[in-house]
Amino acid sequence: MSTSSTLAVEASGLEKSFGTKRAVCGVDLTVPRGSVYGILGPNGAGKTTTIRILATLVRPDAGEARVLGHNVVRDADAVRRAISLTGQLASVDEDLSGEENLILLGRLLGFPHRRAKARAAELLEAFGLVEAAGRLAKGYSGGMRRRLDIAASIIVTPELLFLDEPTTGLDPRSRNQVWDIVRALAVGGTTILLSTQYLDEADQLADGIAVIDHGRVIAEGSPGELKASVGTGALHVRLLDAEQRADAAGILSRALTADVNLEADAAALSAPSADADLAADAVGELSRSGIGIATFSVGQPTLDEVFLALTGHPAERDEATDESPEIERRAA
Amino acid sequence: MTTAPTHLVPAPPAAEEAVRKALATGTPPARAGGPATALTFGWRGMLKIKHVPEQLIDVTLTPVLLVFLFTYMFGGAIAGSTADYLQFLLPGMLVMSLLFSSVYSGVALNTDATTGVVDRFRSLPIPRSSPLIGAVLGDSVRYLVGASVIVGVGVALGYRPEAGFAGILLAVALVVAFAFGLSWLFAAIGLLMRAPRAVSAAGNMALFPLVFLSNVFVAPETLPAWLEAFVEVSPIAHLATAARALMEGTVAGLEVAVSLGTAAALTAVFAPLTTYLYGRK
Repeated sequence: MSTSSTLAVEASGLEKSFGTKRAVCGVDLTVPRGSVYGILGPNGAGKTTTIRILATLVRPDAGEARVLGHNVVRDADAVRRAISLTGQLASVDEDLSGEENLILLGRLLGFPHRRAKARAAELLEAFGLVEAAGRLAKGYSGGMRRRLDIAASIIVTPELLFLDEPTTGLDPRSRNQVWDIVRALAVGGTTILLSTQYLDEADQLADGIAVIDHGRVIAEGSPGELKASVGTGALHVRLLDAEQRADAAGILSRALTADVNLEADAAALSAPSADADLAADAVGELSRSGIGIATFSVGQPTLDEVFLALTGHPAERDEATDESPEIERRAA
Repeated sequence: MTTAPTHLVPAPPAAEEAVRKALATGTPPARAGGPATALTFGWRGMLKIKHVPEQLIDVTLTPVLLVFLFTYMFGGAIAGSTADYLQFLLPGMLVMSLLFSSVYSGVALNTDATTGVVDRFRSLPIPRSSPLIGAVLGDSVRYLVGASVIVGVGVALGYRPEAGFAGILLAVALVVAFAFGLSWLFAAIGLLMRAPRAVSAAGNMALFPLVFLSNVFVAPETLPAWLEAFVEVSPIAHLATAARALMEGTVAGLEVAVSLGTAAALTAVFAPLTTYLYGRK
């Protein structure tokens, strides 16, 4: 079959409910082999359930999925032979040392003890965990745990690696290390399906992105296509005086020829802005009109903005948005 | 305009290169079979005993404390002399020690299920029952430690089994077989409950009355008729009687058969159920 040879994942109409909660309601997904594919969405959007279905951990209520040509329900064992999973909760045994974790999994995958040990040593070295090898995993930092977790996933190089929110909760340094690892695995030819809450992360790593919300894929494409559909960036302004917001919105709307979003913060507003010069002019316009500015920034679209553009509602979630502002200045 | 990633701290150099090299050496081994993977999970259980020896303390110390308490506080009152009572009590305490130890199978499984490690095991190309069979095998180490401690303490205090060392071995083997059966029940409970602490609470709550309402501590003839009737049918009483007989060198074929039958029945029902629950989790 020609499709099986070129596709790592082909899923259609996946549905899964837990009790009355519909976690996934009709997900279609096509992931080419050899690519890094991102599932982007807020908490509770159905990312984890989708990955768990594809990794044979959860049976879908409806729909069909083939992973590397094998049906995830009827041929689960063949799927398991070709995949590795790094789950959202670190999938390591906290009461074992890092080295023991890797030896355990090596032996479960069929290595005799001696070779499992040698393989563990190679991976500990490659992932910068040699010094921590003998310590129990429960004492590891978030970044170390995640590296051990990914190392455990590549004891035998998988054809497809699932990474469920690999950098959530990590500090920037650890996050960069994980990104480097993902890039190295991708260069090595492993197909990677990762879920993330961060547009930035999907942008950095993925060749293709599916945006998922309320258990449905609401947009799909390359990072470039996705960002083009929401504008390439946004101007955020926070005013000194919330009373002036309506006036400010009018000015920004004219200067940027774009719709202005009024944010939850009564003194804040934002608007898509294709280039920084235009945004600077717009901010100047506000000043000249006597509107006091507390702060302003121009940055990449956040997940919230992607969602706003795609769904008309902001992403519902608990955690603060991970913004990476390009220009941020504090008014006097 | 796309922002370049803000590398607040530079990533360690050559990390990518090292990872790429580590990938290249990965040659796939032949698949591990069911027995081999189950044994590997048994090895995991032993590593956990090594790293978390606390798990042994409550299940071994509690029965030891009870041996002291009952022998020296109540022994004289119950049996006329502490020496006679210890002779009666010790096989029952062996039963109690290992049965309480079997609750831990459920606790361990529940602990696994609340972390992500079960997801990894379940995504491996191994039989679904391997982690469970391996865990139960690993438990045997805990049972043997528990049995050695309780018998050792008993002998130190003056317990002398008529059937000698062979009698002790037979009794321990029988009680371990029963504990294996019971551990499948607790494993199933472990997969159904929310928190490890709830599993141990439920297990202890169920076992305490069953152990006390048996012939572990007193001869059932001294009980009121309705209670004696209950003790007559209690599988724990049968097990205690069987263990006592094996250690004293007397015949109790029926009790031994009932105990082994109960263990087999528990395994037949709860091993497949546990495997099903584990696969469905």
